[in-house]
Amino acid sequence: MSEEGTGVVAHPEIEEDSCKGCGRCVAACPRKCLELKVTLNKMGIKPVGYTGTGCIGCGMCFYNCPEPYAIKVVKP
Amino acid sequence: MTKFVKSNEAVVMGALYAGCDLYFGYPITPASEIAHGAAKWFPMLGRTFVQAECETASVNMMFGAAGAGKLCMTATSGPGFSLMQEGISYLAGAELPAVIVDVNRAGPGLGNVYPEQSDYTPAVKGGGHGNYQTFTLAPASAQEMCDFTIKAFQMAAKWRTPAVVFADGLQGQMMETVTLPDAELSRPDFSDWAAQGEPKTRQNLIKSIFLDAAAQEVFNDHLQRKYEDMAADAMAETYLAADADLVIVAFGIASRIARTTAETLRRKGMKAGVFRPITLNPFPRERLAAAAKGRKIMTIELDAGQFADDVRLNLAKSGLGAEAANVMMIHRMGGQVVTVDDAVKAAKMILGK
Amino acid sequence: MKTIEQKGMYQKFPRSGKDTRVTHYCAGCGHGIVNKLVAECCAEMGLQDRTIFVDPVGCGVFTYYYWDAAHISAAHGRASAAATGVCRARPDAVTIAYQGDGDLGAIGFNNAFQAASRGEKFGCIFINNSLYGMTGGQMAPTTLEGEKTTTTPFGRDPALTGHPLHVCEVFSQLQAPVYIARVSVADTKRILQCKAAIKRLFEIQRDRKGYALLEILAPCPTNFGMNPLKAAEFCKNEMEAEFPLGVFRDTEKTGVGEAAIPKPQAPSAILAVKPVPQFATCAELFGVPDGVDAPPAENDPSVPERRFKFAGYGGQGILSLGICVAEAARLQRRHTLWFPSYGPEQRGGSASCSVVVSGTPIGSPTVEHPDVLVCMNQPSYERFVGDVKKGGIVIVDASVPIMKQPPEGVKLHQVPAIKMAEDFGVPKAANTMMLAALRAFKATGLDDEHLETALCASFKKKPQLIEKNRDLLHRAEAALKQP
Repeated sequence: MSEEGTGVVAHPEIEEDSCKGCGRCVAACPRKCLELKVTLNKMGIKPVGYTGTGCIGCGMCFYNCPEPYAIKVVKP
Repeated sequence: MTKFVKSNEAVVMGALYAGCDLYFGYPITPASEIAHGAAKWFPMLGRTFVQAECETASVNMMFGAAGAGKLCMTATSGPGFSLMQEGISYLAGAELPAVIVDVNRAGPGLGNVYPEQSDYTPAVKGGGHGNYQTFTLAPASAQEMCDFTIKAFQMAAKWRTPAVVFADGLQGQMMETVTLPDAELSRPDFSDWAAQGEPKTRQNLIKSIFLDAAAQEVFNDHLQRKYEDMAADAMAETYLAADADLVIVAFGIASRIARTTAETLRRKGMKAGVFRPITLNPFPRERLAAAAKGRKIMTIELDAGQFADDVRLNLAKSGLGAEAANVMMIHRMGGQVVTVDDAVKAAKMILGK
Repeated sequence: MKTIEQKGMYQKFPRSGKDTRVTHYCAGCGHGIVNKLVAECCAEMGLQDRTIFVDPVGCGVFTYYYWDAAHISAAHGRASAAATGVCRARPDAVTIAYQGDGDLGAIGFNNAFQAASRGEKFGCIFINNSLYGMTGGQMAPTTLEGEKTTTTPFGRDPALTGHPLHVCEVFSQLQAPVYIARVSVADTKRILQCKAAIKRLFEIQRDRKGYALLEILAPCPTNFGMNPLKAAEFCKNEMEAEFPLGVFRDTEKTGVGEAAIPKPQAPSAILAVKPVPQFATCAELFGVPDGVDAPPAENDPSVPERRFKFAGYGGQGILSLGICVAEAARLQRRHTLWFPSYGPEQRGGSASCSVVVSGTPIGSPTVEHPDVLVCMNQPSYERFVGDVKKGGIVIVDASVPIMKQPPEGVKLHQVPAIKMAEDFGVPKAANTMMLAALRAFKATGLDDEHLETALCASFKKKPQLIEKNRDLLHRAEAALKQP
């Protein structure tokens, strides 16, 4: 979703190596636009990834995530 | 200005002159008058008295207050002192200054409320877990209960360590004339390490945890070096010891019995003197060695011989193995006090007279 | 462009010597969610400079690596005791204790409860995940009935281990707390409620309103033996069934939840708290002579040591008589010392005290062989009379039958102190009669003037009795001096 004129599109920024793959964000996302990846991060865990569309910038993934720096949400 | 006061009250006066801002304590005979005095006088000077729910709480309240950069204290007796050991270990592990007054009573267990010196080992060697020590002072009069409480705060702050004022039930209950200090000490500034809730102390962290074994070892080495350095502040006094054939070694209240014993022996023509450690830790080892070399040695103590063993250890470490091997002891336990008559008899036996 | 990202935490966590940006918590841990909220609230409210966190022992032990504020890492169970020390030492700080359910619910329960009862000004965040996490998933007081833990391998059996401990409900019995609430981090809605509650906790501390407890239900996937989503479901369904969410108390804001025990309508006047007199300095407090000032003792070897024993029945004023003699010695610049028999017997039965007066510093404080023995009753006379030194004096109340003679060379005076006091109409003044006897028989080696000043000073709290006793002292002494 982008706001007119700003050009910024809401999206999560995921720091894959900080993700422990618990899946709380995936379950919490109201738009179902997060999923666990098939590739492994440095810890050997399948981290969360953004499907690429659908984010509304609500931040629910951030709040459900137990890690401080795994997810950051950018909104217009 | 002199006052005729109970030694236990003199402790509180000393603490207030030393700049102690908080008292945390749980009542226990024969130390309770310290809590009574603190409950009355701390608030009158705008300072804080908290009656804790137990000694475990008292010592951990001190952990918080000392961690927040204020001078604080508690007072207790044997059973309470035992309960505090874990907390004292934490204070030592976090290098926090705090003063614990232990007015010894007889043990083990509930024992009774009469004087012993049987908390010697936990008070002097570190009674809790880990390789820590406390700075331990042993007063023998109401004046010293005041003065050494002040000294204990100074040493606690200087060495960032818990300090123990090691007294006993007889002293605690005794009244004597005390000359009050001339001036209050100014508060030390701990803002370089304390958590004070101010912008400049925001990054300060009080902790005793080192999950990394190597870091814990480095810290323990640091602590042990500090304890070695503390020896510079060891204190002792001698009485009639210069030409003595028999040196009576005793601390706290027992050192006063030693004094009268030495005077009595001198009157009977026997050369006796007294060596009194004032700091039990750091132990005044060099001064003991100087006073004891080539002499006969007798300890007077109110325990089972914990102090005599420490005297032997310190003599042996000074290279005085022969003297160490011949240390004799007269002692009482259970709240009984060694009489001058008995001490004189023992001394005469040792002197072969 | 706006972002939703972590605030109030350090950028890197130098745990175990490594600069990591990952916490030590397991995947899906409730602590992690709460830790983020605490840091965010502290930062959003601008309280990082003022906040002192008191950290627990348990899974929450490493919060000092995460929250950008001052920390004190307390002993296991003692965060509430330590926080008491912190908030008393730094009343302007925002003090927050963070504890788990072994820490707060078990080993440190009384410390937490008593701190709440005293109304200490700190906020306590209590993480309830129904078990001990760090030590390996053992039963906690909060473990649910039937819940499997490593120490309830067949499920918690209430017949053996009781029922789950409801911390908020128990604390709600107390008068002092201003805020008590239970929230959860099981899902988004609950997490946002939790954030609001943490904010409230900080507000209360920012405004120094009082004690606040926030219990947070948190999943522990590892020790539940469940994946993070199942663990969150367990937290929401099973835990909430036992531990209902809600605000139990918020007196400052909404008036919710007064304490269960009502206060008496009109407190008795004799129970009033009195204002504490204030002094600016120690010198002001102690410098006002509450007796009579005197310079320190001077050393005078020509003054021989004199040892006294005073003995009688509790209530006969025997201890204060001893203090009076010692106080006179101080006024005369002698070294002096007073020592009571003490312990359980001080509350009835026999009482005795020892006094030493000397021109030189006093060694042994115990009086084994008194020069002067003053006895007010028969048992004390018979107990001590044999110890009196040759050349000594025994003063005994005339009511005591002399069944045992003093040692040779000891002078015995029988003084009707109790009867004289009764005849004067002041039965409690028998000890003043004995002081008169000590003066009349020159038993103390101290000046009459100092003994009298000391007697008067002993009545400083009852000034109306000073002249009365002075008069009694003189009349008794005159009577005793009559041949």
